[in-house]
Amino acid sequence: MGLLDKQFTDDNIVVTKVEDLLNWARLSSLWQMGFGLACCAIEMMATSASHYDFDRFGVIPRPSPRQSDVIIVSGTVTLKMAIRVKRLYEQMPDPKYVISMGSCSNCGGPYWEHGYHVLKGVDRVIPVDVYVPGCPPRPEALLEGLLKLQEKIRNETLVKEAV
Amino acid sequence: MSIKTEEMVLNMGPQHPSTHGVLRLELVLEGELIRDVIPHIGYLHRCFEKHAEVMTYPQVIPYTDRMDYLASMYNEFGYVVAVERLLEIEVPERVEYIRVIMGELQRIASHLVALGTYGADIGAFTPFLFCFRDREKILNLFEITCGARLLYNYMWVGGLSHDIHPDFVRLTKDFIKEFKPNLKELNDLLTFNQIFVDRTANVGILPPDTAINYGVTGPNLRASGVKWDLRRNDPYSVYHKFDFEIPIGKGEKGTVGDCWDRYYMRVLEMYESLKIIEQAIDNIPEGDVTSAIPKRIKPPEGQIYARVENPRGELGYFIISDGSVNPFRVKVRAPSFVNMEVFGELCKDHLVADVVAILGSIDIVLGEIDR
Repeated sequence: MGLLDKQFTDDNIVVTKVEDLLNWARLSSLWQMGFGLACCAIEMMATSASHYDFDRFGVIPRPSPRQSDVIIVSGTVTLKMAIRVKRLYEQMPDPKYVISMGSCSNCGGPYWEHGYHVLKGVDRVIPVDVYVPGCPPRPEALLEGLLKLQEKIRNETLVKEAV
Repeated sequence: MSIKTEEMVLNMGPQHPSTHGVLRLELVLEGELIRDVIPHIGYLHRCFEKHAEVMTYPQVIPYTDRMDYLASMYNEFGYVVAVERLLEIEVPERVEYIRVIMGELQRIASHLVALGTYGADIGAFTPFLFCFRDREKILNLFEITCGARLLYNYMWVGGLSHDIHPDFVRLTKDFIKEFKPNLKELNDLLTFNQIFVDRTANVGILPPDTAINYGVTGPNLRASGVKWDLRRNDPYSVYHKFDFEIPIGKGEKGTVGDCWDRYYMRVLEMYESLKIIEQAIDNIPEGDVTSAIPKRIKPPEGQIYARVENPRGELGYFIISDGSVNPFRVKVRAPSFVNMEVFGELCKDHLVADVVAILGSIDIVLGEIDR
C-alpha cells in the first residue's frame, strides 16, 4: 500500500466484490509446498533463489502440506511415489492448486515408453491446474505457469453454478 | 542408575525438506539417541538400465544426464569415456580440453548446490541464495555453449554436440575473476561461522578404515584423510597435464572426517577446480570438435569398466557389448548409492537433530541412488 499511504485526508472505503477480494488475496500469496521430486526440483529451487526470486509473486516454500496452497509436482512421479503424492495432496487445505512441472509429471516424459516404474502423468492421481512443459522447464517457464495459475484464480467465482 | 526407555520408530520422508529428494528414513530411537537407521530408497527409480538396453549407444547419453542431475556434464563424461574405450577411438585434444573445462565448471556448480542446501538444512538460509547466485553464472556459460541449463546432452561419443561459443573463453575468465572473492564471502558467511562450526564439527565422524571398507569415495573419503582422487590415481582424458592439489581433511575444527571436514573439502575442491580451468582455458588447442564422432556406433563384442571422478565420488560405467548398436547392459556404479550405505554407521548414537547435518554432509542425489 506504499503508493496510497498517507495520501488521504479522511478514512476511505474501498468498494469491491467479495469474489474479487478473495481471489486477489488467494492469488497473491500462493504458498507452495517445498517438495522436490527429481531434476525439475533443482530448477524449482533456482526459481525461488536469488536470480529469479519466486518471492515477488508471493510464493514462499512451506515444508508442510498443511500450510500450503499450491503443490508443484516437480519431476518424475514413480509408481512408488504416486501414492505419497496423492496423500500429500489430500492433506492440503482447500482451496488447493496443482502445477505439474516438466514433461515427466505431464506425461511420463522421456520415460513414457520403457519406464516400467514411472507414472505416465501425475494427472492420473491428482487433478492438475497448470501444465508446464519442458525437460526441465526453464525458471521463466515455471514463472509463466504460475502467472497462468494466478489468471485462473482471478476468474474463479463464488456463485453456485446453474444446474 | 540409567533409565531404560522404550525404542521408538520415527519416520522421515519421503516428503521432507532436508532429505535432498525423495529418501525415506526409518529412525529407531531410544529417547533422543539414534540406535539404527533404515533407509528406504526407490521412490525415484526411473529404470535407467532398462532404457540403456533398448536404446542405441548415443541415445543413452540423455538418460545418464538424468541420473545425477546436479552433475549432468560429468555423467556424460563418464559414459562417453567408457564407450570410447570400448570403441578404441582417439578423441581430438580440443574435445578433451573442453570436456575438462565443462566438467570442472560442473563440479563447482554441483558443490555450490551441496554447500548452499547444506547451510539451508541446518538453519543458515542466506548462503543458499549466495551460492545460487554464483551457480546461475555457470549455468549461463553452459547455456551459451549448448542451449540447456541443467540437462545438456553435450558430450557425444567421440566429440561434442557444439563447439564453444566465441565469447566462452572471455566469459569464463570473467566468471573466475568474479567467483574468487565470492568464495571468500562464502567462507566468511558460513564456513568459519562459529555457529555453523559448533553444529558440524565432531559430528558424524567417519574414520578412514570404515570409509574404505564401505567403499566411500569422493570428497567424503578425502575428508577422512585418504588421498584418493581418480583424476590423479587413474587419470582419464587430459587430467595428467594439469597441476592441482588433492585436498584432504585435517580436522581443523574438530576430528578428521567430521561433517565440517566433509563440507570444507568441497570448498577446497572448488579452488582446485578453478585452478584446472585457469590452466586449461588459455590452452584449448585448435581443431574440430565433431570430426571424430563415428557415423555408426557399433562396438565389438566385449566389456569395459570405466570410472571418472564425479563431484560425489567414483562414477563407474560397466558396459557389456554384444556387437549390436544397443548396449547389452549398462551397469552404473553410482557414488551417492555407495556413500549412502555408510550413513547408518555415521548416525549411530547421535541426536535426532544431527541426522540432517550428517545427511547433508554426505551430499547424496536421489536420482543417482535410485536411477
